Amino acid sequence: MKILLAVKRVVDYNIKVRIKPDGSNVDIDGVKMGINPFDENAIEEALRLKEQGVATEIVAVSLGTSANQDVLRHSLAMGVDRAILLETDADLQPLRVTKLLKAIVTREQPDLIILGKQAIDDDAGQTGQMLAALLNYPQGTFASTLEVNVNEVKVTREVDGGTETIALALPAVITADLRLNDPRFVKLPNLMMARKKPIETINASELGIDLAPSLKLLQVNEPAARKVGIKVGSVKELLEKLRTHEGILV
Amino acid sequence: MTILILAEHDGNQLSPSVQQAVTAAQFWNSSVHVLIAGNGSDAINQQAASIQGVERVISSTAKHLEHPLAEDVANLIVSISDDYEVILAAHSSFSRNALPRVAALLDVEMISDVLNINGNNTYVRAIYAGNILTTIQSTDTVQVLTIHGSKFTAASLGNNAKIISIETLAAYDKARWLSEVRSQSDRPALNSAKVVISGGRSLGSAERFEQVLSPLASKLGAALGATRAAVDAGFASNDIQVGQTGVVVAPELYIAIGVSGAVQHTYGMKDSRIVVAINQDPDAPIFQVADYGLVADLFEAVPALTAAI
Repeated sequence: MKILLAVKRVVDYNIKVRIKPDGSNVDIDGVKMGINPFDENAIEEALRLKEQGVATEIVAVSLGTSANQDVLRHSLAMGVDRAILLETDADLQPLRVTKLLKAIVTREQPDLIILGKQAIDDDAGQTGQMLAALLNYPQGTFASTLEVNVNEVKVTREVDGGTETIALALPAVITADLRLNDPRFVKLPNLMMARKKPIETINASELGIDLAPSLKLLQVNEPAARKVGIKVGSVKELLEKLRTHEGILV
Repeated sequence: MTILILAEHDGNQLSPSVQQAVTAAQFWNSSVHVLIAGNGSDAINQQAASIQGVERVISSTAKHLEHPLAEDVANLIVSISDDYEVILAAHSSFSRNALPRVAALLDVEMISDVLNINGNNTYVRAIYAGNILTTIQSTDTVQVLTIHGSKFTAASLGNNAKIISIETLAAYDKARWLSEVRSQSDRPALNSAKVVISGGRSLGSAERFEQVLSPLASKLGAALGATRAAVDAGFASNDIQVGQTGVVVAPELYIAIGVSGAVQHTYGMKDSRIVVAINQDPDAPIFQVADYGLVADLFEAVPALTAAI
C-alpha cells in the first residue's frame, strides 16, 4: 500500500506573528518556520502503518518555494521514503493547493492520502476535504484512530460532542487530528542522512493549473485586546467584585 | 438571490447555531432557505420553520441520512446549488467536514469561520489562532462560508415558514457510518452554556479534574471545558477541548482554573463576557485576558469558591 502525505511549511507555533508596518500582510520575514504540527501526526501515522507491514511506500509532497526543502528533509528524517517539492512562489489558496495535489495523486496513485486537519497559519481546515471531493474519494476528517483492513480504512473521528466511527473504501483521504498519535522526535543522525537524500522538484507551472487566487487580501489587523483586568486578593474579594460590579452569582 | 443554510441537528433537535446562521444570512437581505438532511424528523423541520427570517425549509429524508456523511451532504447541496448564490453554515465539526467538499465541487474557495460579513463579498476572519484578523474579498460566483456562531445573535422564533421535500439522492457507496460515542453529561452543552468552567494541566489527574471542578460546575449550572494539555494528559475527553482546534465558546462567565493561557486556548474563549482566572503562577498569560485574576492554589481556592456561592 502506498501512502501520500502533504506537508506544509508554517510559522512555528510558538511565534506570535506581527503585522507589516504598512498593514498589507503579516510579517514573516526571518521568522522561525517549521512543519505544520498536524502534518507531523499524518507522517507519524504513515510510518506506523509501514512498521506494521500495512504500508510499503510513503511519499511526502510540499508546495512552495525551495525553502520548503526543510520540511521535506524533516519528513525524510522521520522516515518518509520519498519527497517531492512542487515548486511555486504563488500565494496558494486551499482550492489551488488541492488542484496541485490532485495532479500528484494522479501521478503517484496512492491508496491512502493523509494530511493534517488544518494548518496553523491560515486555520482554514479545507484541503483534505477538497482533495477528496475533486478525486471523488471518501474522506475521514479529524481522525483520532485509523485501522486499515484489506480494502477499507476504519476511521474514528473527533466531532463536537464525542467521536464517530466510519468505514471508507480505499483509496481515501484522511485528515489527522492531534490525538491520532505522538509524533516521534527526529534524531540528529537521521537529519544528517536526510540532507543527502534527493528531493524531486516539479515546477508547478508545468501542471497547467490556474493558480490565480480568487480570495483577495484587503487588510490585516490585530484584534482589539480585552480590557486589562484586575487581580483580586482572595476568593471573598472575587465574589464581591462579581456580585457588585458584574451583577452575577448573586 | 437566495441563500442556503446547511442545518445541523442530532436527529431530534435542531442545533441552536442554526439561529445564528440565519442572523448572519440576513446581511444579504434576500430569501433564506434552510436545508435539513436527515431521516424524516418532522420536529426538526418544524423547529427550522419557526426561525424568524427563514423563507423556506428544504427537507431531504433518507435512511442513510440518519447519520449524514460529508459525501452525501455535499452531493445533496451540489444537486440544488444552481438556485443559490450563498451557501453557509455555523462553524462546527459537521460543517467543517461537509462544506469544503461542496466548495471544491463548485470550483470555488471557501471562507472558514467568518467573524464579520461586509458588503461586496468581503469578510473578516482570523488567522494564526486568532492573533491576526484578515479582511478578504471573494471573486467567486458562489460564496461558501462558515460563520463564527458567537459573533451573531440567535434569530428569534415564532415564524411558520413553508416546508418542502426534495428528492433524495442515492447514498454515496464508498463510505459507511458505523457508530458514535456521545459524551454523556447532565451539564449544558459547552457551546451554548451561560457559564463555562475550564481546567488545565495543573489539575494533575482525571480524578482531581472531576473532584475539583464538578461541584463548582453543578452549583453554577456550568459546562466543563478543558485545555489541550489537559485533554492530551487524559484528564478530560476531547470534545470539551476549548481553543483553536477545539470548541469556541463565548459564555457570560468563563472561569479558567489552572489554565496557563496559551493563545491556542484563548482563541476559544476570549469573546466571553467575563473571564475569571485562578492560577498559582502570577505570570501566567491567562491573566492578560482575565477580568478578574486570583493568584492562588486552585486546590484551596476552588473548593472555597464553591462553598461561598
